[in-house]
Amino acid sequence: MTADHPRPPPRRRIFALGRNELKGLFWQVLVVGIAVAVIAFLWSNTVTNLSARRITTGFAFLGREAGMPIADSLLAYNPRDSYLWAFVVGVANTLRVAVIGIVLATILGTLVGISRLSANWLLSRLAAVYVETLRDIPLLLQLLFWYVLMQALPAARAAWRPVEGVFLSNRGLILPAIPFGPPQLAVLGTAVLGCALFYLVRRWLVAQQMRDGKPRPAWPFALGLIIVVPVAVSLALGVSWTIERPQLRGFNFVGGLTLAPEYFALLIALVTYTSAFIAEIVRSGIQSVPRGQWDAANALGLRRSFMLRQIILPQALRVIVPPMTSQYLNLTKNSSLAVAIGYQDVVSVANTTLNQTGQAIEAIALIMAVFLTISLSISFFMNWYNARIALVER
Amino acid sequence: MTAITDIPDAPRAARRPQMGNPVLHWLRKNLFSSIANGIITVLLLVLLAKGIFSFVQWGIANAVWLTPTSDSSACRAARGLGACWAVIPEKYRFILFGTYPFDEQWRPALSVVLFIALYYLSTRRALWRRELVYLWIGALALISALMWGGVLGLSFVSQDRWGGLPVTLILATFGLAFGFPLGILVALGRRSKLPAIRSLSVLYVELIRGVPLVSLLFMASVMFPLFMPAGFNIDKLLRAQIAIILFAGAYLAEVIRGGLQAVPRGQYEAADALGLSYWRKHRLIVLPQAIRHVIPPLVNTFIAFFKDTSLVLIIGIFDLLTTAKTAIIDPAWQQFSVEVYIFVAAIYFLFCFAMSRYSRSLEAPTTPK
Repeated sequence: MTADHPRPPPRRRIFALGRNELKGLFWQVLVVGIAVAVIAFLWSNTVTNLSARRITTGFAFLGREAGMPIADSLLAYNPRDSYLWAFVVGVANTLRVAVIGIVLATILGTLVGISRLSANWLLSRLAAVYVETLRDIPLLLQLLFWYVLMQALPAARAAWRPVEGVFLSNRGLILPAIPFGPPQLAVLGTAVLGCALFYLVRRWLVAQQMRDGKPRPAWPFALGLIIVVPVAVSLALGVSWTIERPQLRGFNFVGGLTLAPEYFALLIALVTYTSAFIAEIVRSGIQSVPRGQWDAANALGLRRSFMLRQIILPQALRVIVPPMTSQYLNLTKNSSLAVAIGYQDVVSVANTTLNQTGQAIEAIALIMAVFLTISLSISFFMNWYNARIALVER
Repeated sequence: MTAITDIPDAPRAARRPQMGNPVLHWLRKNLFSSIANGIITVLLLVLLAKGIFSFVQWGIANAVWLTPTSDSSACRAARGLGACWAVIPEKYRFILFGTYPFDEQWRPALSVVLFIALYYLSTRRALWRRELVYLWIGALALISALMWGGVLGLSFVSQDRWGGLPVTLILATFGLAFGFPLGILVALGRRSKLPAIRSLSVLYVELIRGVPLVSLLFMASVMFPLFMPAGFNIDKLLRAQIAIILFAGAYLAEVIRGGLQAVPRGQYEAADALGLSYWRKHRLIVLPQAIRHVIPPLVNTFIAFFKDTSLVLIIGIFDLLTTAKTAIIDPAWQQFSVEVYIFVAAIYFLFCFAMSRYSRSLEAPTTPK
């Protein structure tokens, strides 16, 4: 470190502000003053208007009986339940479509993105047409389109059966399902626990390999922890895994898993629309990996799958993850379009509440709280993941 | 999994002399380069042929193109077999212009033409000068005069009778025209050294971007009357327009902020050294460079935003999508909504596709092929 000439200590000025500081202070006071004035004006108007309409502010209304029907929900719901429970059911419905939508859109988008780079001319052209068409048509229009198509499907009696046990009719998509109870959940829990344990074991194995350079196979642990133990638990408890096939009784179906037409249309629209954007992100991510990396991997004589997994993907992911986060957020926010076709997500429930009770501010505040929470959770998770895969500078 | 183009196993293929028919050569190289690729090609061809065949059968061969006025019997007969394009000539005036007085519909039509001309002129690099701002102000004033009337001998048409494509274009264009300056101010605010201004800007951007547009529109349609003094009421269209401007401002601010970050520090320092004031520094030195950096993402934001104007359907404003949805409420034509949606989708597609092509052409010179 080079020694500078000793500087005189800066003079402390407490009350004497420079010209720039004064200007800055003036601007801040002005802008904040305007903001406060506008908010105060709106607030006083709102208070006056609310008292004129005899609406009491506050969240007390959440305890009252909702009386709104929610046709399709994950949680048990009855119109006699409270507004609070209706909101919770709405949030569950939003999450149901958002989480499954994100998973499916990622899979479909990745496939289309890779197809776009395929050496097969026909495949890459078709993928390009898919992306271009879906990106340039408003999502709401696509949603209405899918919903109309759903409604135009034949009635339950004449339902299409693309595969045995699967029915597609104007009642939605009906799939065979395994009835889930505590014993099945216990087995599933063991498998999840096995995955977590395997993750730790694998980390330990890699650390060992880093120390002495000897590769240690991880697959026996995977087999044992994720498959053998849960199967053993399942056999020990005598859990039944019979698949329940839906059956047509009268005008409707009994058994199986039913995806209502509203939910199914919303899911298709969100997944196809978002997958077009994800495809472009995946494509640019893969293209961002320099050619030299492919050449080097080839020169080392690595197997294709190994090359993709260990060389190309880790580098591509760094480019892919940040824009992917905003696509996930978009999908979640776009799920609020559900209100247009009558799928009761949180925005739709809030809107009905607002119309029934007039509690506009509270309803909108709840929507904002829900979406901010979801957005922050997704950002938090994706930032954590991004930090994990980020380039370690040496 | 299919092969990826960029994998360099090309040298071997390149050394092989090109033999015979160039068409065959192209086919072999691009469609049948390996067994897997050959299988994919054949599979896709079969699917494509099936798809095209059934679409041609439905959309062209068995379709009903024209029927006598408001008689949908021919369409009903062909239902399930062929498309009913006859619904378009029957309803297109309503879809495009809503409930605007029928004899005056040349006015919204002319407005649409003016809008398109305005967009076209704005894409010309040679015209990116101060005059363009005046052109925009002039054109928007002219469009307002045409739509409202009440001047130059045009009869007055109140905005609750406006509908269709002009409303979509108005929402998008005015949203951008006001959202863009707002976005610049907020972006500058977010990079400001003054803590109060910075936190206000951050709060605004994060709040708006954190919630769906649908909830903002609900807020505009339901809460806005609560915010205003009693007896003061503004029109529904204007309320939606305000929500859209606020929405656009937040998203554009983030794009412009990216541009501001890309301007090298030396530029700021040079401007300071010249003794320019804050506003002159940004207007003359920083912003022109910042915006030039982010033109492609800006155009992408415009596209997203143009599509998002369709959400006003949810609060019942008659934009292009809402008129389309309303047009098929008519019992005679109710079953032919798919055809109407395809027609409207084609209109949206044309606008968005033109914009995305333009954005790509802007990117082209900077990215070497």
